[in-house]
Amino acid sequence: MDNDDFSKRFSPGFCLIPREDGIPRAIIPQNSPGSYIEEARTLAASGGRFLGLWAAGDPEPRICTAFLLREGLIVLVLPLNLPEDPQTFPSLSSFLPAADRFERTVRDLFGFVPEGLEDSRPWISQGLWTVPPLASPPGTCIPETPTPDLQEYPFVRVLGPGVHEIPVGPVHAGIIEPGHFRFQVVGEKVLRLEERLGYTHKGVDGLFRGREIAAGARLAARVSGDSTVACSLAFAQAVEQALDFSPAAGVRFMRALLLERERVANHLGDLGALGNDAGLGFGLSQFTRLKEDLLRRNRIHFGARYLFDVIVPGGVRANLDDKAILDLLEENRLLAAEVGDLQKIYDDHGGLQDRFQNTGVLLPEVARRLGAGGVVGRGSAQAWDLRADHGGDPYRRFPPALALAHEGDVAARVRIRFLEIQESLALCRALLEHLPEHSIAEPLPDNPETAEGLGIVEGVRGEVLAWVRLAPGGVIRAAHIQDPSALLWPALEVVVPGNLVADFPLINKSFNLSYSGHDL
Amino acid sequence: MWKLLVKIFRTGRLTEKSSRPVTQPHTPGFGRSLAIRHVDAGSCNGCELELLALENPYYALSSDGAKFVASPRHADLLIVTGPVTKAMKDPLTKTLEATPEPRRVLAVGDCACDGGVFRDSYAVCNGVSPVIPVDHQVPGCPPPPDEIRRAILRAFALPRQAQK
Repeated sequence: MDNDDFSKRFSPGFCLIPREDGIPRAIIPQNSPGSYIEEARTLAASGGRFLGLWAAGDPEPRICTAFLLREGLIVLVLPLNLPEDPQTFPSLSSFLPAADRFERTVRDLFGFVPEGLEDSRPWISQGLWTVPPLASPPGTCIPETPTPDLQEYPFVRVLGPGVHEIPVGPVHAGIIEPGHFRFQVVGEKVLRLEERLGYTHKGVDGLFRGREIAAGARLAARVSGDSTVACSLAFAQAVEQALDFSPAAGVRFMRALLLERERVANHLGDLGALGNDAGLGFGLSQFTRLKEDLLRRNRIHFGARYLFDVIVPGGVRANLDDKAILDLLEENRLLAAEVGDLQKIYDDHGGLQDRFQNTGVLLPEVARRLGAGGVVGRGSAQAWDLRADHGGDPYRRFPPALALAHEGDVAARVRIRFLEIQESLALCRALLEHLPEHSIAEPLPDNPETAEGLGIVEGVRGEVLAWVRLAPGGVIRAAHIQDPSALLWPALEVVVPGNLVADFPLINKSFNLSYSGHDL
Repeated sequence: MWKLLVKIFRTGRLTEKSSRPVTQPHTPGFGRSLAIRHVDAGSCNGCELELLALENPYYALSSDGAKFVASPRHADLLIVTGPVTKAMKDPLTKTLEATPEPRRVLAVGDCACDGGVFRDSYAVCNGVSPVIPVDHQVPGCPPPPDEIRRAILRAFALPRQAQK
């Protein structure tokens, strides 16, 4: 389907306008619940991947639903202005199973009722508030439940001889984020896994309301710390689209460089931890040393180990001189060689491969149905990578190859990470060699009217999406960051049954999902 | 196998020396061994990355006698990160109760100190000290590993806090 056909299907005046800084993206307002569900159905049927659903509250209640197509990103916006209370919206879960948790979250936080959603259980809310906390205007005091009963969540139980239950968390036995897992097991074999998240819910969407753009960017950078570059960049893109501002080529290059450095750092950490979880402590030592070297260089050249707040709306807060570029090129060469050595060791290690192969298999068909993207999706034959597919600048000039595997097991996800490190390093090399002169950060234009924008980038785990609605004068009226973890957590539930309890940490690590990015 | 051994040999020893303060005689302290339990009370996972970095070959926290343990019942020191979300208030309190005396509490990161960027949200308690008593704080977003290490090493000899 070409772009013309595509635009014709949509209501008047709509087209996907290409943008230099990334993929084409458009917000399509819907005037009735009927048209909303019809458009969603059409998008899902024509190969669109559901990326998330969120809401905005007072004073402009609305539901936003994102779909990623090969042509670009589309967000359907359904304003809620029914005379009755509570507000309702049609549930998409009958044809999009992935929408379930998103719609439950909206019900928990905003009190908008998804009509037709079968699952009546809460999701993010732990029963801590007597009213939906985001339903009231910003600054309102939210009354708390005097004695919340956190144990009440109705997990699905498996009954039968020999079946028992293992509850894990929210406090986990390691340096990990909090969340609860409920395993139903027979002997060593997992029959069912159910997740209970929401423990790290910090009310991010509520905190965005009424903030200045700069303060909003600081918050966006802390949605999920390990993806701070991706979140900052998506947020910056959204603000820049709303203000109709285009960053210079030099800024785009620097941002791409930072995004790839974040990817490499995370993949190094994950590969080390995966080796360790399968009993190879050598892998942990080696990969964490390489990661530490990279972080220290980040500190020297960009001023922050994890690159927090380096990307801001309007530009970047770092500059590289010739000496720095030479240093980073040398680092790049050494790192590529080291990772190559370690990949050979991992590949040849029988014990390691025995644990990796056929463990935690996510079948391609299941991955497709759940809309899994990122490393997990690509490990299960889902060929989506914004950098390779859409090629906004500078990816258009140095297109990275798509890493793809079909087995869907831990070994496949390990292989994807190795491939992506090498591909990212090659891309970094090209960016460094062709880095244009750039100014650091330019002042953003003012917006006389309310403006809305979208941003989307290929982060470490997959597509990180940002939506922002600005009131005149650069104040955020509402904003939302969507981490891909929210789409991938259900995939983990599907993958674990049939495996041994002892393989759960390994499978979990091969997904390495963010709790904070999910709970917001 | 030989590739692995060659790699180890070529990498050599990377651990950087640290200076553990010597425990003064007659002050209550933890001698030469400190067991740490980490509780994430709703952080963005940035502080966790730096806590994990403490175990890499450069910092090698275990060479100073401190190590992360899997249960609060084995712990001398609780390291708490995050602004303490309302949902983690109860699990955090229970973790403290499960930690035997003598024990210390270290709040790591801006969020754990005062709520940081999430301060005054309806969903957070604005840091650890409104929920459980804190002995020492390490500000930073996230604080670099050497600062966290310094605070941990100080905890070896940290005087007991006044009972509240």
